[in-house]
Amino acid sequence: MIGLRGRPHLGAGAGATGAAALEQTLAVPATRRSPAPAVVGLVLAVAIVVLFGLGTPWDEVSVFGLNAGLRSAWQLPDLVVPSALGIYLAALLAGAVGAAYLRWPRLKGGTTVALSVTALVVAFLIWAVQGQSLNLVGMLRSTLLRATPITLGALSGVLCERAGVINIAIEGMMLTSALTAVVTASVTGSLMVGMVVAVLTGALLALVHGVLSIRYRVDQIVSGTVINIFATGLTSYLSARFLERFAYLNRSGTLPVVAIPGLADIPIIGPALFEQSVIVYVMLALVIAVHVLLFKSRFGLRMRAVGEHPRAADTLGIDVWRVRYLSVLLGGMVAGIGGAYFTIGSVGRFDEVMTGGRGFIGLAAMIFGNWTPGGAFASSLIFGFADSLQIRMQILQTPIPSEFLLMAPYVATIVALSGVVGRVTPPAADGQPYEK
Amino acid sequence: MSERIRAMGRAAAIPLLAVATGLVAGALIVVVTDVEVIRAWGRAWQGPGHALAVTWHSIATAYRALYEGSLGSAYAISESLVTATPYIFAGLAVALGFRAGLFNIGVEGQLFMGALASVWVGYSVKGLGAWLHLPLALLAGAAAGAAWAAIPGYLKARTGAHEVVNTIMMNYIAFRLSDWLLNGPMKRPGPGGTPGFVPISPEVLPTAYLPRLFEPPLRFHAGFFLALALAVGVWWLLWRTPLGFEMRSVGANPNAARTAGMAVGRTYVVAMALSGALAGLAGANQVLGVDRWLGQGFSPGYGFDSIALALLGGSHPAGVVLASLLFGTLRSGATRMQSVAGIPIDIITILQALILAFVAAPALVRALYRMRGETAAGPVLTRGWGKG
Repeated sequence: MIGLRGRPHLGAGAGATGAAALEQTLAVPATRRSPAPAVVGLVLAVAIVVLFGLGTPWDEVSVFGLNAGLRSAWQLPDLVVPSALGIYLAALLAGAVGAAYLRWPRLKGGTTVALSVTALVVAFLIWAVQGQSLNLVGMLRSTLLRATPITLGALSGVLCERAGVINIAIEGMMLTSALTAVVTASVTGSLMVGMVVAVLTGALLALVHGVLSIRYRVDQIVSGTVINIFATGLTSYLSARFLERFAYLNRSGTLPVVAIPGLADIPIIGPALFEQSVIVYVMLALVIAVHVLLFKSRFGLRMRAVGEHPRAADTLGIDVWRVRYLSVLLGGMVAGIGGAYFTIGSVGRFDEVMTGGRGFIGLAAMIFGNWTPGGAFASSLIFGFADSLQIRMQILQTPIPSEFLLMAPYVATIVALSGVVGRVTPPAADGQPYEK
Repeated sequence: MSERIRAMGRAAAIPLLAVATGLVAGALIVVVTDVEVIRAWGRAWQGPGHALAVTWHSIATAYRALYEGSLGSAYAISESLVTATPYIFAGLAVALGFRAGLFNIGVEGQLFMGALASVWVGYSVKGLGAWLHLPLALLAGAAAGAAWAAIPGYLKARTGAHEVVNTIMMNYIAFRLSDWLLNGPMKRPGPGGTPGFVPISPEVLPTAYLPRLFEPPLRFHAGFFLALALAVGVWWLLWRTPLGFEMRSVGANPNAARTAGMAVGRTYVVAMALSGALAGLAGANQVLGVDRWLGQGFSPGYGFDSIALALLGGSHPAGVVLASLLFGTLRSGATRMQSVAGIPIDIITILQALILAFVAAPALVRALYRMRGETAAGPVLTRGWGKG
């Protein structure tokens, strides 16, 4: 739904790029665009009308709060939307985008689908909130917060897989780091120590993954599964054996919420973006850092080379194993920070299997974001939004069960992976062990 | 003949050593996480004899409880077999997938779907004889699991989307679906038709029970024999039928199979559906034979554990049965170990991970025991996210 275009292959050289361009110019007049995105737009327009429009009385309004309620520097009036009118406008938008796709060749399929899905979400919100009110700023705030562990997991996946090592052990790395972070932070009284230990824990498990899959050429998915099973068993075991008996080991306090002076006073986006837990800023910084590392640095170029064509990289004198080990270690460290989010970043205590599949959703976000840091972050925001929406739906008591909303990210991932609206392209050598 | 026995011995050496190493490592973990033992060694300068005695006592208590809980009495043996039964079904499901080159991580979700379908048939279809009701409930479970698994199979065949991610996603969808069903349409009503409070299904009717073969409290039931029969069935399918040959060919090398004229995509769908049917039966077996109703926590992760079982059993039905018996015994013993020696049952999960690591990396075991040996060619498992 967001930029699922294919990524040009790396290291192919100018000749290949020229050939691809030629192929494209030759192909353009011959191929007709698939009408699928237009169909999606029109179907969604009808769905909005049938599901939400018809049952909504004309005199009902939906109220959206625009103040965080925390600071009083700016007080915006609430946004009051006439429910039925808003829903029909959203339907019109979805339909118009679908029709425009047929008419206007420069409109991309992904954009079309993204816009019509946005219209669906807006219509759903207006419908669900009618006669009640919803704090939009609070919702954005919690979207970003809930996207944080997912983004960190996705970044971990990007780092490993760009170098050609599949990492489905993100979940296990996060779970273990969550435990070690809270215990060390509780014992030493320093959240900083907890964070460092979380990073080291992630790196240690990544080393295991690296040794198994790079050195011993164990199937990378099996190796990841081993780590996940081990992490689940070990953390639950240690938690049952020690944390229940010695409560002082599991009481760390949480990282502070920091309001950035000035920026936090901007209406709407200030409280949503700039008044967050420290770990959210760490996550945002890492998105940029991983992007720069991958696409602007010498090491990043090597990583991508090793992930796309290890044999060619080896021929050019790049130590494939070394690059892969370093990438997997970096990925483990980022997953470790993601693990720290669950304990010292949010609730200050460890509970069994508390990551609840966030590592796997991170994996999905990585795929959904086409193996790029920016794409992974954007997809994580969608998943974070679904997560925070689901909690609010329970409060608003809509007739749609919240379980179905919780399914949405998984369904979206399957759809994205199947290439219905566009294709995601994994690194060419992803998952293949390299023999010197 | 003797050559064949020697080959079998070679094939069994790595799994056996892996299990033995895993058990020793497990004992180590039990000891180093025992608070009494840690305290005793803290005072070891007063005399290491005491610390050694405490350590020995810790190990002995744990493993005695493990033995008593798994093999020490008729009840214990019955419980071990009852626990092994879903493992056999689920392990066969993963093994069948492996043979066709598919990594079905979605067994847990398929197991839930199977349990939901067969518990629904079990309580809502009334007035049938047991000769019809029980097979119907079992079939419903198998069909639901098959349908759930066929979706990622179809997507792989049609679009090349990797089944690992899709089956993981299908797992979460199945969990949310069962949350909703057990809280909504399938929720057990309270007394006198009032709305129920607990998210569990109604009781299965006695006509859909998998019969128990001994007096209570022994829970050993006919599902065990069904599982054994299916193990033979899977063996027969894989090695004695054209379809099985096609599956194994596709699993060994999809490109060669395609060149040979086999419909690779169709084989993926069929293999996933069969794998899912076995997983669904694992769920059906639990709700019709053991619990007789369905709650959210009915599976302690049979589906996830089954990955380790299939790998340990070399993706061979006989190996899966043996591995399942071992893990059924361990898990059932660990329940007693938890109540008697206070060792959390999660130790079993750690053991599984360790054994799985040793089985998956034979070179590790060989290095550990200084064995020489050629690399045995197992089934190729996965090839990246690729378009296979």
